[in-house]
Amino acid sequence: MSATISKEEVYEALEQVMDPEIPVLSVIDLGMITGVEITEGQPVLIRMIPTFAACPAVSYIKDNIRTVVEKALGIAVTVEIDKQVHWESNRMTSAAKEKLKNFGIAPPPVLEGEVRPEIMLNTPCPHCGSEHTYLRSPFGSTLCRAIHYCKSCGQVFEQFKPLE
Amino acid sequence: MSSNAALTDLIIKMADDELVQGHRNSEWTGLGPVMEEDIAFSSMAQDKIGHAWALYRILHENLGGEDPDRFAFMRPEKAFKCSHLVEMPNSGYDFSLMRHFLFDHAETVRYESMRESSFEPFQQLSKKFRGELKYHTLHADAFLIQLCNAGEEGYARMQTALYETIALAAGIFEPSAAYEETLIADKVYPGEKELYSRWLDQIYPVLVKAALNLPDMNTITPVYGGRQGFHTSYLVPLLKEMGEVFNLDTEASW
Repeated sequence: MSATISKEEVYEALEQVMDPEIPVLSVIDLGMITGVEITEGQPVLIRMIPTFAACPAVSYIKDNIRTVVEKALGIAVTVEIDKQVHWESNRMTSAAKEKLKNFGIAPPPVLEGEVRPEIMLNTPCPHCGSEHTYLRSPFGSTLCRAIHYCKSCGQVFEQFKPLE
Repeated sequence: MSSNAALTDLIIKMADDELVQGHRNSEWTGLGPVMEEDIAFSSMAQDKIGHAWALYRILHENLGGEDPDRFAFMRPEKAFKCSHLVEMPNSGYDFSLMRHFLFDHAETVRYESMRESSFEPFQQLSKKFRGELKYHTLHADAFLIQLCNAGEEGYARMQTALYETIALAAGIFEPSAAYEETLIADKVYPGEKELYSRWLDQIYPVLVKAALNLPDMNTITPVYGGRQGFHTSYLVPLLKEMGEVFNLDTEASW
């Protein structure tokens, strides 16, 4: 086991681990990584959190993190679910929100305080940018998405939901 | 800290409600009146089953309980502690929507009350579930109000659904004869009586917006029994269907 691996290298490798449901976003973009610990003579410990409690992709992502980082750095890795931290949409980086928009999914707005129903109104359309939109349903094709309709360009679009 | 028996009893009630309600929600998959509702009930089913799983895991990891899957799928009917409300078949969309409204607000006040629980795993669940539940109540409130304002038929059907479900929903808050006082004294949560009153405070303003009549709750007899293992005849067939695949080979690895 190499003692020369740095945390930065681990984080860099983690940027290659993509979310299976939104393949343009890495686990770093999504803010799913809560810590990396390197202890001499032991596997590198990576702590992660799921976005939604019932996310069916969690064990898949967990395995993915382990195999990608192990392969990239040639080290042993242990991945743990961090129970002390819970995911909120504000953990998503602004670069991630830009990528999400380019992928055709409206990003969650920055939350100040609690989620209120009004925050789901007039979500900017990722296709044409119009705010002339309405919420069709707070539930979409995956747990983390809502469905909106754009009255300007006439398209249905999805949004990554804000979560407190 | 409360005894393990008291905590275990409370967690099983909460988890079984989530599991069975989650299964009922999943029965709307492919049958929703519009596609968005099909998706909504399916998503909420997934959330509920995720909540049940998180609770069964606490039993397993903190309180020496069985493996979550085995606990969920292999117990006999008598060992279940869900309320009768969640056992009832889906019936129509009106009934299902009203049950979803009453149940999700009850869940919200329950997890909200556990933010400062003396039992630490409840604090974490409370934070995690809170954001997710917002979308459930947002959905329920929006559809309830829209249907009630949509014309005579929608209004009449939702009022009927409220009369049909209110006593069942009040039954969610059946206190435990053995553990209630200890759990309150130890600040695990504020107790069923207090949650019941907070729940009424929370649903009332929405019912007013929908112009629905909440019956005088003093004239309602809450439907108790589920928490003690006495169930409706609907639970056994549900459990059989839910556990069918798992029980084909209980040792299989997934």
